Amino acid sequence: MTVPVPHRVVRSTAETSDTTTVLLEPEGPGLAPFRPGQFAMMYAFGRGEAPISVSGWEPPGAGGSCGRLVHTVRAVGAVSAALRGLRPGDRVGVRGPYGTGWDLAAAEGCDVLVVAGGLGLAPLRPLVAELVDGPGRFGSCSVLVGARTPADLLYRGTLRTWAASPRVAVATTVDRPGPGWTGDVGVVTALLDRVAFHPPGTAAFVCGPEVMMRATARELVHRGVPAQRIQLSLERTMHCGTGHCGHCQLGPVLLCRDGPVVGWDRAERLLTVREL
Amino acid sequence: MTGTAARTLGLLTDGLDGRLSVPPHEVAFPAGARIFDEGRPADRFWILLTGRVALDIEVPGGPPPVVETLGPGDLLGWSWFFPPHVWHLGAVSVDATRVLEYDAVAVRSLCEQDPALGYRVARAVGAVVGERLKATRIRLLDLYGPRVAGGLGTVGP
Repeated sequence: MTVPVPHRVVRSTAETSDTTTVLLEPEGPGLAPFRPGQFAMMYAFGRGEAPISVSGWEPPGAGGSCGRLVHTVRAVGAVSAALRGLRPGDRVGVRGPYGTGWDLAAAEGCDVLVVAGGLGLAPLRPLVAELVDGPGRFGSCSVLVGARTPADLLYRGTLRTWAASPRVAVATTVDRPGPGWTGDVGVVTALLDRVAFHPPGTAAFVCGPEVMMRATARELVHRGVPAQRIQLSLERTMHCGTGHCGHCQLGPVLLCRDGPVVGWDRAERLLTVREL
Repeated sequence: MTGTAARTLGLLTDGLDGRLSVPPHEVAFPAGARIFDEGRPADRFWILLTGRVALDIEVPGGPPPVVETLGPGDLLGWSWFFPPHVWHLGAVSVDATRVLEYDAVAVRSLCEQDPALGYRVARAVGAVVGERLKATRIRLLDLYGPRVAGGLGTVGP
């Protein structure tokens, strides 16, 4: 699918001062079903397109299509600012699904670590939903979330719901606490000491700022988690979404087509080349 | 407890136990108890068994902001190992916390007498300081670097 499909905004929820979650409903046949970790090209009419991770969906529409889509958008430029400003009733174009998505099947039988920094929780949210709903397929499941401040934590209600599940351990930390914050303060990798997992039998899913992902992956490898079982969601400027324009090239990888989810065994070398 | 904390605990305590005239002993702090103040003599150190401890720093005109929290398996305090042996941060228990308390003066003395033990303890304390320095640098980048938070939608237009 390379033509934007019109969608109407059903709901718009402010997550933080600069980040909003929108629920989109197709104005006709919906897109093909998304998998956790995939993304869509969202078109703000008159402004342009931006790649946005799918952070959830509602029950499939007719004919096996995807139905309603959930996207969380942070305003960092003109297009994303327009998308973040969407209100119920507004229209937007959506292309997708694009990208590789998280390989959750590779984690079956393993302890699972989900490590998110900032907006990195958005593409991980549907993955955690599958973990919560998949009893017996995985060992221990832990979700570790870091944010700049308590006000920057996404999906606080969802985090509370996950924390109440006996299947998932949730830990959060912030860089800069505010008044009333009684949670952890520090970098998200420090939370690795707060949860139980057996490193050689662990699969990890990591998304956040690149520095945080590198630090997390290195720490996990240092503890004995196999590099090929650490998946990261990488980010470069995407334009076409279909692997043709080359804007998102990272060495031999076109991230819109071969990513955004890439194994650490492949990503490590690419992320240490300064010119890429 | 896994990983770095467990390794630190092992490195630090192996060789110490049984050689101290006052053996390490368990101490409990209720939630909100101040364990030490910035600028005071660093004559003890602790390894957390349960609970959490917040490290804070004095600032003028307000309550001391928390700069880091520690959890089970973490070493509480490293200023005792390096001159001038005074705390450069304060510490308050966040939850009801149990710790293993060591006499830092006695450990320093043992390290002076037994360089092999001193080297072992120095490696353990150095590893903790190094880990916290790395963590601090990552946090500095997160707080003061470009507003790139990961997840598609934060790079580009």
